[in-house]
Amino acid sequence: MASQSDKEKTLGDVLRSHGVSRRSFMKYCATTASMMALSPAMIPMIAEALEKAKKPSVIWLSFQECTGCTESLTRAGASTIENLIFDSISLDYHHTLQAAAGHGAEAAREEAMREHHGKYLLVVDGSIPMDNPGYSTIAGISNYDMLMEAAAGAAAIIAVGTCATYGGLPKANPNPTGAVSVGDLIKDKPIINVPGCPPIPVVITGVLTHFLTFGNLPELDDLGRPMAFYGQSIHDRCYRRPFYDKGLFAETFDDEGAKKGWCLYKLGCKGPTTYNACATTKWNNGTSFPIEAGHPCLGCSEPEFWDGGGFYKALSIPTADIGETALYAAAGAAAVGVALGAMNRSKKGSAAKAHEKVTLEDLEK
Amino acid sequence: MSEIALLEWVRGPGFQIATIILVVGVIIRIFEILMLGRKSNLAEAKGSEFASGMRTIVTRSVPTAESFKRSSLTIVAGYVFHFGLFVTIFLYAPHILLIKGVTGLAWPALPTPVVDIVAVVSIIALLVVLVHRFNNKVLRYLTTSGDLFAWFVTIAPLVTGYIAFHRIGMSGPALLAVHILSVELLMVVLPFTKLAHAFTIFMARWYNGAISGYRGVQS
Amino acid sequence: MSASLEKGINALKEQVDSSVAAFFSSCVHCGMCADACLFQTETGNPASTPIAKTEPLRRIWKSEYTLLGRLGKIFGLSKKVDEELLAEWETMVYDNCTMCGRCSMVCPVGNDIALMIRKTREGMAVAGYAPEGLIGAMNRAIKIGSPMGVKLPALLAQIKHIEADTGKTIPVDVVGAEYMLLLSSMEIMNFPKFIEAISKIFDKAGATWTISTEAFEATNTGIQIGVNDLAAELVQRTVDAAEKLKVKTVISPECGHAYMAIRWEGPNLIGKPYSFQVRHILEVLDSMRAEGRIKTDSKESQKLTYHAPCQVARRGGVIDEPRRLLDLFADNFVEMLDAGKMNWCCGAGGGVSSNERADEVRLEVFKRKKAQLEEVKPDALVSACANCRIHLEDGLEEYGMDIPVISLTETLAEHLADD
Repeated sequence: MASQSDKEKTLGDVLRSHGVSRRSFMKYCATTASMMALSPAMIPMIAEALEKAKKPSVIWLSFQECTGCTESLTRAGASTIENLIFDSISLDYHHTLQAAAGHGAEAAREEAMREHHGKYLLVVDGSIPMDNPGYSTIAGISNYDMLMEAAAGAAAIIAVGTCATYGGLPKANPNPTGAVSVGDLIKDKPIINVPGCPPIPVVITGVLTHFLTFGNLPELDDLGRPMAFYGQSIHDRCYRRPFYDKGLFAETFDDEGAKKGWCLYKLGCKGPTTYNACATTKWNNGTSFPIEAGHPCLGCSEPEFWDGGGFYKALSIPTADIGETALYAAAGAAAVGVALGAMNRSKKGSAAKAHEKVTLEDLEK
Repeated sequence: MSEIALLEWVRGPGFQIATIILVVGVIIRIFEILMLGRKSNLAEAKGSEFASGMRTIVTRSVPTAESFKRSSLTIVAGYVFHFGLFVTIFLYAPHILLIKGVTGLAWPALPTPVVDIVAVVSIIALLVVLVHRFNNKVLRYLTTSGDLFAWFVTIAPLVTGYIAFHRIGMSGPALLAVHILSVELLMVVLPFTKLAHAFTIFMARWYNGAISGYRGVQS
Repeated sequence: MSASLEKGINALKEQVDSSVAAFFSSCVHCGMCADACLFQTETGNPASTPIAKTEPLRRIWKSEYTLLGRLGKIFGLSKKVDEELLAEWETMVYDNCTMCGRCSMVCPVGNDIALMIRKTREGMAVAGYAPEGLIGAMNRAIKIGSPMGVKLPALLAQIKHIEADTGKTIPVDVVGAEYMLLLSSMEIMNFPKFIEAISKIFDKAGATWTISTEAFEATNTGIQIGVNDLAAELVQRTVDAAEKLKVKTVISPECGHAYMAIRWEGPNLIGKPYSFQVRHILEVLDSMRAEGRIKTDSKESQKLTYHAPCQVARRGGVIDEPRRLLDLFADNFVEMLDAGKMNWCCGAGGGVSSNERADEVRLEVFKRKKAQLEEVKPDALVSACANCRIHLEDGLEEYGMDIPVISLTETLAEHLADD
C-alpha cells in the first residue's frame, strides 16, 4: 500500500521514480488521448495534468464478485504504463490486495473516508445482494451498508465489471440473492460504468486518467459507459465483418469456415449487440481479442448477458423455448377454435331456424 | 428500459407472446371458417371436386395472359414483394437459424448480398403497391384503413431488417430489437387482418376450384 | 329494425358458409376482379368492382362469424347492415352484375365472387331491395309460370303453327319419352324456330322427346333475384313433370341461367338429387354427334364466331361441346379473344335484362362485346342462349353493327344431311 509520504508526491514524481522515460510517458498520453477520441492538441494537456496530479485516494469495494476484475486489472505480465498509473493512485482499501487484514483493514477504509471526504474515488466490483444481507458481508457489514456509507463521501464512483455495473452473474436468472448493480442503489453520485467480464484494463486506467486530467467524468452513453471505449460495437469494428456482410459463416468450431476465419455469428457471436473496445484495444498487451482466437463474443459488457439465450446460440434465435410454447398454444387454441366454430354453427343453425319461407309478398318493401 | 433489455424482451417473452397469438389466431380462424361447413352438392357431378380444388391452389398462382395484361402492375408488384418476402424470411441465414432453433428444420441460405438486394427490391415493390393504391380509382375506392395498416406491418420488417443489417441510425441492440418487434407485430396481427390470406388462400382457392371443377370447369 | 330488414339479415346469416368465410378472409383488396368485370372496365365506376358488391354479406360474415367481429359488435364498432346500405347497394348488386363469374376466375386468392354476389342477393331480395323489373318477373314466373307471362295456350298456338309449317307432330306430354325439353319464354315468343330445329334434329337422330304442358318453362327468376324458396318452387314443377312423364333426361334449352338453375342449383334448392339427368341442349346434341346420329351435308361458308353464354360455359361446364358441333357445319370459324371459360359476358344475364332500370348500363357495357366483335369481324354471331341473343341484337343495333345473331341449334338443323 502506498505510504503516507507517497501521497505527497505527484504522479509525475512517482512515474519518474519508477524509471518511466519521458518518451514512454508521452506515448501513454498520446494513446490515451486517441482512445478517448480527444484531439492530439490535448496530449500536452493530459501530460501536464498527469504530471501535476496528486495521487488521489481510492477506495475499492468488492462485493458479490469473482475477483476476475481485479485479476484483469492487476494481471501479471510486462510492466505497463497502465499498471504504473495504478501504482500512482493511493489505493487505500482493497481487501484482496491490501496487506492489512481484519480491524486494521477496516480502520484504513474508515480513515480514508474521513480524511478525503468528498474527494476520494470509490471503485466497486461485484453486485449487491438485496435479498438476505447475509449472502455477502465484509467484517460483519452488509454490502449494502458498506456501499451506501462509502458512496456518501465519494467524489465519483467507478463501477468496474458487469456485476457492479449491471448485476452480472449473480443477477442472472433466477437471481437467488436479489443482486442489484451499484447504479440501482445510488442515484445521487456520478457513476461511471466500466462493464466487462472482466473489463479491459486500459479502459479503467483511461477513465482514471480522464478523471485526473479533467477532474470530471468522461462522456457516457445511456448505459453509463464511457463513450470513448464503448462507443462502437464489436461487430462494427470486427475484422471478420466482411465475412458477415457476404454471408460466410463458420458452422462449427472446426469446420472449413472456422479455419478460414469466417464470421462467428452462427456460433452465437454477440458482436452486433455488444459495445466494447475489445476489437480495437485488444487484450494481453494488445495481442488479440476473443474473436481473433476463434471464439464468438459473449457480449459480456452488456446488461443481462448471461440471460441472452446462451453463448453459442445465434442472436436471431429466440431466447425462450418457442417450439414448446407453440405446441401448448396450438393445443389450447384447438379447444378455443372448436368452441368458436360451434358458436358459428349454432348461430347459423338459429338463422336457418328463424327462416320463414319467402313469399312473393316479401319482395315488396 | 435499456435497449439491450428491450432486445432481450423481444427475443424472449415478446417472441413467445407473438408466437402464442399467431398460433392461437391461425388455429381459431381455421376452425371458425371450416366449422361453418358447406352443404354437399346434390347435383350430378361433371368433374372432381377434390382434385380440381387442389389444382386451383396451384394454378391460381399463374394469371391468364388477358388478366395479366389488364392488371399487370398489380400482378408484377404483387409477385415481386411476395417473392421478396419469401426470400428474406426463409432464405436469409440468421432467419434459417431461428427456424432451425424453433423447429429443427434447416436448409441452405442464399448469399447475404443477394438477400440484401431482394429486400430493397421488395421495399420498392411495396412502395409501388402503395402509390398504385392511391392513384388507381378502383383501389382508392376499395382501400380501407385496414389495408394501410396491413401494408405497414408488411413493409416494416423489411425496412427494419434492412437498416438493422446495415446498422443505420440506432445502436445494434436497438436496431435488432426494433426489427424483431416489427416482426412480432406482423405475427400478432396476421391471423386477424387480411394478412390471414397467407393461410386462408389455400381454402379459398380450393373452394373456388372445387365449385368450378364439380361443374367440369378448371378454374 | 323493420321486419323485412330483419329477414334480410337473417337470410345473409344463412348464406355464410365455410367457402364464403374463406373467401372474405382472403380478400386483399387488390382490385383485380375490377379489371375482369365489364361493368367496371366499360363504365369506369369503381363501385362496380365485384368484391365491393358483396359488402352487405361481408359485414354479416365479419360481425357474426369472426372473433374480432363478434368483439367489435359487443363494443358497437361493427359496421351494420341497414336500409341505407341495402338501398345504396341495390343497383350495384342487381343492375351492375350479371353473375357472369369472370371475377371468380381471376381472383388471385380464389374468391368465387359471383357466388358471393348470388348469396348477397338472397339478403337483398327478402329485405325488399330487389329491382321492380325482377320482382315483376318473379311474380309472373310463380303465378303464371313464365317470367314473360307466356301461358300454355301461347305455347300450344306456336306448336300448332310449327306443325302446320313442317307437317310434323311436336310431342306433348308423351309419357316415357327419352327427353323432356324445357323452353325459355323467349324461345316460345321470339325464336319458335328453335322448337322446329329440335324436332328436325331429334327425328333424324331417332330420339324420342316431349314437351310437358305442366312445366315447359326453363327459366328461373328465383336464382336471379336471389330467393331460393321461390327458385325451389319453380324447380319442383319441372321435377314433378319429369317424374310424371318418366323421362330419362331433361333438356335445358339455349338459355344460360336456366341451365344453371335446373342443372346445378336445382337439386340443392329442392334438397334432393334428381331421379333423371339434366343436360344442356348442346351436350345432348354433342353426344348424338359422337354417336354418329347427327350428320351434316352442307357447310356455312360465312365467317362465324361463337358467343359463349356465361352460365353455360364458364359457370356451367359446357365449353368444348359447342366447338365440336360448330365443326359440323362451320367452314370459316374464328374464336374471339378470351374465348372459352374466360369469354366476356354480353351484359344482360343474371336478371339484368328483366330490370328496365339497367337498360342504359346494359348497353354501355356492350362496348366490350362490340370491341371483341370488331377484332374478329364475323359475318354472323352464333350463340346458345336466347337471352344473350336478344341482348346481342339489341347491342349490335345500338352500335350500328350489322351482324346477324343466330342459334347454334337452329343453324345446325339447317345443315342436317337429308340421308
